[in-house]
Amino acid sequence: MVKTETYTLNMGPQHPSTHGVLQVVLELDGELVIQAVPHMGYLHRGIEKLAESRTYAQFIPYTDRLDYVSSMGNNWGYCQTVEKLMGITVPERAEYLRIIMTELNRIASHLIFMGSLAIDLGASTGMMFGFRSRERILDLFDMACGARQTYSYIRFGGVSADIPPEFIPELERFLADFPAMLAEYHELLTGNEILYHRLKGTGVISGQRALEIGLTGPALRASGVAYDIRKVEPYGIYDHFDFSVPLGQVGDCWDRYIVRMEEMKQSASIARQALDQMPEGQVMAKIPKVIKPPVGDVYHSIENPRGELGFYIVSDGSTKPYRLHVRRPSFINLQVLNETCQGLLIGDVVAVLATLDSLMGEVDC
Amino acid sequence: MSNLDINRVLAELQAQYGEEVKLLGEGAQAALIAPTTYIVEILGLLKTKESYQFNMLRNLTAVDYLEYMEFVYHLYSLPLRQAITVKTRCGMEDAEVPSVTALWPSANFQEREIYDLLGVKFIGHPDLRRILMPEEFTEHPLRKTYKAHNTGEKTW
Repeated sequence: MVKTETYTLNMGPQHPSTHGVLQVVLELDGELVIQAVPHMGYLHRGIEKLAESRTYAQFIPYTDRLDYVSSMGNNWGYCQTVEKLMGITVPERAEYLRIIMTELNRIASHLIFMGSLAIDLGASTGMMFGFRSRERILDLFDMACGARQTYSYIRFGGVSADIPPEFIPELERFLADFPAMLAEYHELLTGNEILYHRLKGTGVISGQRALEIGLTGPALRASGVAYDIRKVEPYGIYDHFDFSVPLGQVGDCWDRYIVRMEEMKQSASIARQALDQMPEGQVMAKIPKVIKPPVGDVYHSIENPRGELGFYIVSDGSTKPYRLHVRRPSFINLQVLNETCQGLLIGDVVAVLATLDSLMGEVDC
Repeated sequence: MSNLDINRVLAELQAQYGEEVKLLGEGAQAALIAPTTYIVEILGLLKTKESYQFNMLRNLTAVDYLEYMEFVYHLYSLPLRQAITVKTRCGMEDAEVPSVTALWPSANFQEREIYDLLGVKFIGHPDLRRILMPEEFTEHPLRKTYKAHNTGEKTW
C-alpha cells in the first residue's frame, strides 16, 4: 500500500510570475492543486493613511504608485472624484487629452499583460515584442509630461500641460503602425498552438460566479458579463465615442487573453477618434489655489485596465482628506484565485495568475 | 447615471423597518442609513427584490469618526443600471457588525481589510484574518487614534 499525503509549497513572494511580491501558498497533491491561498501585504505602504496627512494635490503622485503600469487612469480616477466633490468642470480639450492618454495607457498596460503572460508560459519573445511597442507609448507620455511611468499628468481641472507640437505626428505614426503590430502579436501568440492549449479550458470562471466574487474589468467581461463603466456610466466624454466592449464566452484563460487583445484594438480606435475630434483651447479650468472641497463624501469609479478603480473620499472641509479609500480592482479580483486554481496542475496556476493580471502595487495599497 | 429614486426606496424601507432608516445627504452624496441590527436584512432585500436587483457590491469601506465607525456599502444593479449607497454605524468600543459575505462573496477581502486596518469584527465572516499588515501586528493603522510615525529603524 502506497501512502500519499499533500504538501505545501510557497510560490513567492519572490517569484517572477507573481508580478510583484505576492505569495501564494499552494497545497499540493502531487502536481494537483488542492488550495492556492494568496498572502499579500509585502508592498503595503499605507497609502490610505498617508492621504490623511497630505493635501489633495499632494496625493496625486501617490496614485501613480498604485497601479504603476496604468498611472494615467489612476490620476484620472482620483482627480475626477475630487472634481465631482467640488463641482469643477473640465475644459473640452483637456477631456480629449485625458481620454487619449488613458486609452494609450490601457494599450501599454495590456501589452505588459501580453508580454508577461507569454514569458510566464515560457515564450520569452512575447515579452520583448510587448515591451518594444509599449516603448513607443512611453515616449509619447514622456513628450507630454516628462515622465515614463509616474506621470501625475492629469490634475484637478484639466491636465498639467498642453501637448507639444511633435506629439500629434508621433501619435499619428503610432496609430498607423499599431494594427500591424497587433497582427504580428496575433501571429506570434494567438496562433501559437502551445499557448492555445495551455490557456484554452484552463481556469474557467462562470459569469454568475465572476459577478458574485466581485471580478471587474477584462476578467469579468471574459466571463461574458458586459460591465464596462465607460459604457454603463460614461464618465468624462466617453459617450462621444463609438466603440464596442469585447466579451468572452466561457471565461477561461484564453478568453481573458483574447478580450484584452481586442480591447487594445478598441482603445486605439477611441484614441484615433479623440485625436480627430479634439478642439483647440484651454487645458486647465480656473480652480482655486487651495483645494478645499465642501464637507461631504463621494464615491466615483472609472474603468481601469484591471477593472473598476474607485475612490471614496470623505472631506471635512479642510485641505486634507478626512478619509480616502481606494477600491482596487487587482485586490478584489485576487479573491477568485483560490477557487479557480483548485484541481488545476501547478503550472496552470501561473496561467491563471497571469490572466487575472493583478498588480501588487495596487493590491497592497 | 443612476435613475433610481432614492426617496421611493426610503419610503418602502421605512414602511417595513420604521423611522430608524434615514436619508443622508443629497444628489450624488445621497445615502440611506440603517441600524446594524437590520442592515443585512435590508441589503438582502435590495439585492433580491425585483425592482432593485443590486447584484454587485462595488465597494465596501469604513470610516472612523472618533465617536462611531461608519460602514459604507456602494451597490450597483447591473440589470437595471442603478446605484445606491447604504451606510450603517456602530460604536467604537468592541466595534462589530454582521458580515455580508453570504450576500456578496466579494465582501470577503474587503471586510478582512477593514478588520485589519480599522479593527472591526465582522460576525459570520468565514475567514477573518489580517490581510495587509503582518499577523503579529497588534494595532489598526487607519484608526484616527493611531499616529503614523517614522519607524526609526535606520538613523543616518
